[in-house]
Amino acid sequence: MTTEYETHDHDVLIIGAGGAGLRAALGVLAQGVNVGVVCKSLLGKAHTVMAEGGIAAAMGNVDSADNWRTHFRDTMRGGKLLNNWRMAQIHAQEAPERVRELEQWGALFDRTKDGEILQRAFGGHTFRRLCHVGDRTGLEMIRTLQDRGVQMGIDVYMECTISRLLKDGDRVAGAFGYWREQGRFVLFRAKSIVIATGGIGKVFKITSNSWEYTGDGMALAFEAGAELKDMEFVQFHPTGMVWPPGVQGLLVTEAVRGEGGILRNKLGERFMEKYDPKRMELSTRDVVARSIYTEVREGRGTEHGGAYLDISQKPADYVKKKLPSMYHQFKELADVDITKGPMEVGPTCHYMMGGIRVEAETAQSSVPGLFAAGEAAAGLHGANRLGGNSLSDLLVFGRRAGLAAADHAQTVQNTSLDSAQIEAAARELLAPFERKEGENPYTIHRDLQDVMQNLVGIFRTREDLTRALQELGKLKERAEHLSVEGSRMFNPGWHLAQDLRSMLTVSEAVTLSAIAREESRGAHSRIDYPNLDATWGTKNNVIVRDGDTMALRQSPVPEMPDELKQLLADEK
Amino acid sequence: MAEAIFEIFRGNSDGGQSVTYRVPIAPGMVVLDALHHIQAHQAPDLAVRWNCKAGKCGSCSAEVNGRPRLTCKTRMDALPLDKPIAVQPMKSFPVIKDLVTDVSWNYRVNKKIPPFTPRPGTQWKMYQEDVDRVQEFRKCIECFLCQNVCHVLREHEKMEQFGGPRFFVRVAGLEMHPLDSKSRTKMLKDELGIGLCNITKCCTEVCPEEIHITDNAIIPLKERVVDEFYDPLLMLVTKIRGAKRE
Repeated sequence: MTTEYETHDHDVLIIGAGGAGLRAALGVLAQGVNVGVVCKSLLGKAHTVMAEGGIAAAMGNVDSADNWRTHFRDTMRGGKLLNNWRMAQIHAQEAPERVRELEQWGALFDRTKDGEILQRAFGGHTFRRLCHVGDRTGLEMIRTLQDRGVQMGIDVYMECTISRLLKDGDRVAGAFGYWREQGRFVLFRAKSIVIATGGIGKVFKITSNSWEYTGDGMALAFEAGAELKDMEFVQFHPTGMVWPPGVQGLLVTEAVRGEGGILRNKLGERFMEKYDPKRMELSTRDVVARSIYTEVREGRGTEHGGAYLDISQKPADYVKKKLPSMYHQFKELADVDITKGPMEVGPTCHYMMGGIRVEAETAQSSVPGLFAAGEAAAGLHGANRLGGNSLSDLLVFGRRAGLAAADHAQTVQNTSLDSAQIEAAARELLAPFERKEGENPYTIHRDLQDVMQNLVGIFRTREDLTRALQELGKLKERAEHLSVEGSRMFNPGWHLAQDLRSMLTVSEAVTLSAIAREESRGAHSRIDYPNLDATWGTKNNVIVRDGDTMALRQSPVPEMPDELKQLLADEK
Repeated sequence: MAEAIFEIFRGNSDGGQSVTYRVPIAPGMVVLDALHHIQAHQAPDLAVRWNCKAGKCGSCSAEVNGRPRLTCKTRMDALPLDKPIAVQPMKSFPVIKDLVTDVSWNYRVNKKIPPFTPRPGTQWKMYQEDVDRVQEFRKCIECFLCQNVCHVLREHEKMEQFGGPRFFVRVAGLEMHPLDSKSRTKMLKDELGIGLCNITKCCTEVCPEEIHITDNAIIPLKERVVDEFYDPLLMLVTKIRGAKRE
């Protein structure tokens, strides 16, 4: 059988059209190089749209003492020093310019009295640092990048899923996938590929992430031979909605605490006094999430198993102005007026610190021609990400990935693709239709979410993790036999069958890395190893493909130059 | 356990029919939860577009009991459950499959709009009172419900002559940006056909972001078009000047 597919040629192909993907595309175009962007959803719907609190950038508009050094130090400390120092440095240095650039492309941030971009306080940031638009900063960012991209004439392939990266020898040469709408196959030939597919939240049951977050880019890169780093570090955001059941996990922005929101248990105690008396509610996310979880576990939780978060001490007009989405979200979905009473909140899977290992300067992975930026890449955030550092990450490293991918595309000769790879990719996509009476992918997805939520969640033990690994093995086996009904035309069951493959790959990588790290650091908390271990502070876990299996090894954390070490040693 | 009965359009561009599904009701449930339940248990190939399930991305638009809504924000307890809940795709756009429609026309209209164009040598200072009204327009999540209810598009299908409320909101955001220097009034009149809107406010009523589309975007833009092209005094001046030139 010869597979039918359409073919598109681009010098650079970008997979993902959120903040990182769009910023990368603009970077490629700035070099005068041809670019195509593929995304699973419609343009402008990527997960970036849900980012609420702001973009961290040391502009010093509100607190003039702020500078890149302090931002660097906060990021490294928040990441428990497991970060790639050079990424943290580049990020802190370049973020302000990236924000100004957005403004020059039409973004309208909230303003200071002097007419500058307003900045708000956020967990783990020494100074008021987050440039924001109420609590819809991500929407402003994605719309600005989208409009700029449309103006520059980027080719966007909407509602298209990539299922395999194709290689020419050891370098990437293309990507194969299908149009979600009609189910037809499509081949992209490219000299450089940028992965900007975001995170993995959909492997957990309680998550703030959208359906797209199935770890596709990490799985694609892993299959193509790239390394995955820091996969044990999954961020649970302290405040997701807990009631009603349909909205469980939905994000309650950290901006509520940034604007003065107070956490209490059912006894009315402001429990953060116990866990972090200095930073209180604005402690780092890992600490606040564990604190809420501990309060609930010890019987001091609210009616629906969370904590109270209260902003109603502020004037109602102020709350509606600064937190409009939160006001509407609770009013419409939970019948709670947050200007009058507290919200009920609990931890929700929110962000993946780990991902594709990349070089700091160029965002290139260990596979020539394969780049990654944003949540799909690892390194900037170390063991725990600070709020607001994600949007700035997308801009800083999206741009760098775009520039480097364009440079790379200009230096390589034309690549060639053998048809065997393409035929294999097509066969794999069609297999679920050919199997009859297999399981429904929805059932396997639900069971995967249960395993990850219950055994690889906020608090971990060797026993649970080992069991999770066994369960994942069984789920993989079941997934190999699943079948889908209906035609190839816009068929969500079929789409989920593809996403499931990525989810199983990243789940295994998370679990393996979590078993290996016998200490507690940042977002990774082991009940059986509750303390920081200095020897683990010098190692990153790295996952790489070894034939058909996953191999794990440790790689030393790169050593910082003395002047940066000095920065970290400076005042607490 | 209490159940709700749904009648959901199943079909494609060749046609289709409503199919009945029964779904158990949970507290606080929204229509999108029910659609997901149907996918997981009864119809895995039911086509639904959605992303965030939080009212932020504007993907899950459909018509629930004839009313254009985001299904992620339509609470089941706000609907009468003694009769079936009808869920249909947006009527103004061609059906692809089930509840998924082809909204690509919107993306084509968007491409026509001249982008933000700052004045040369701009000082990047803006004050909150100057950006407030533009920030309202930038809340738009592109759910296209306003496009779906606008009768110029829905009944009269003037897709070629008319841009629709979403893009008047976009243009208003650009025209009223304190640092923008470009005029888009001619294109509003000629290419986006703003004159066809007779301000029935249907768009404003369905906007999930509560943007005052008619009052704050369309009417001020119409006034700009009138001032520039239909001001009687100005028309007279132009006519005299034109006559002289002849």
